[in-house]
Amino acid sequence: MSRQPYTAAQYRKLVSDATPGTRMLRGYLRAFWVGGAICCLGQAITLWAEKLNLGEITNPMFTTSVMIFLGTTLTGLGVYDRIGKYAGAGSAVPVTGFANSVAAPAIEFQREGAVTGVGARLFTLAGPVLAYGIASSVAVGVVYWLVRGWVM
Amino acid sequence: MNTIMPFVKAFLIGGLICCVGQALIMNTKLTNARILVIFVVSGVFLTALGLYKPLVDFAGAGATVPLTGFGYSLAMGAIEAVNKYGLIGAFVGGVTRTAAGITAAVVFGLLNALLFKPHAKS
Repeated sequence: MSRQPYTAAQYRKLVSDATPGTRMLRGYLRAFWVGGAICCLGQAITLWAEKLNLGEITNPMFTTSVMIFLGTTLTGLGVYDRIGKYAGAGSAVPVTGFANSVAAPAIEFQREGAVTGVGARLFTLAGPVLAYGIASSVAVGVVYWLVRGWVM
Repeated sequence: MNTIMPFVKAFLIGGLICCVGQALIMNTKLTNARILVIFVVSGVFLTALGLYKPLVDFAGAGATVPLTGFGYSLAMGAIEAVNKYGLIGAFVGGVTRTAAGITAAVVFGLLNALLFKPHAKS
């Protein structure tokens, strides 16, 4: 009997926990509810911004800035990385995750100094995101300019 | 109901967009940096094709808070600035529209690095 440490039910649970299907479903559920919750927080800040009578363009700017403030502060407090371990893409994809990717390496590499440590590492992840994001927005603008000129 | 529905929509759409990211993490070997880049660039091109604006109108923060929304702002900014200033607008609009977010990230990131010590990785 000592060779059978698991009961049939325990063994089934062991198998289902180790099966990729269950683990993947759990990953999606966590990403879904945490990501959804962060977006709800953004919606709440948007409503707050509407009460402050911000315009159609400045309202999203305000919302993004507040979200980024929350993201960097939670990163500094060491909370955001713990959320990230639980939620995966649920906390990485929202703009708070972008804030985390700016603040986290800057904090981590403090020891390398204010310029090549903090200053340069701020852009470890933000650099590629801004480079390709801005470049593609210029491409879109130029194509739009060409098409508009051609149509009119 | 009018106050609850926007939150339900934001939750559902925001959650779904994050699930797309989760699918990329679990099914491919892409690093986080690559996934963030893919999200922003897809946001830019989906907006240019006119596909992202309806999602923003429908889901509000559910579409603007994920990084695809950052791409949406970049593209909308570039297009509107071209309307206003012509070709040079393509170089002006994207960053103008996202300036608050970029500056907030840099300034608050910098402040955090000054205020907080690194946390031990557990």
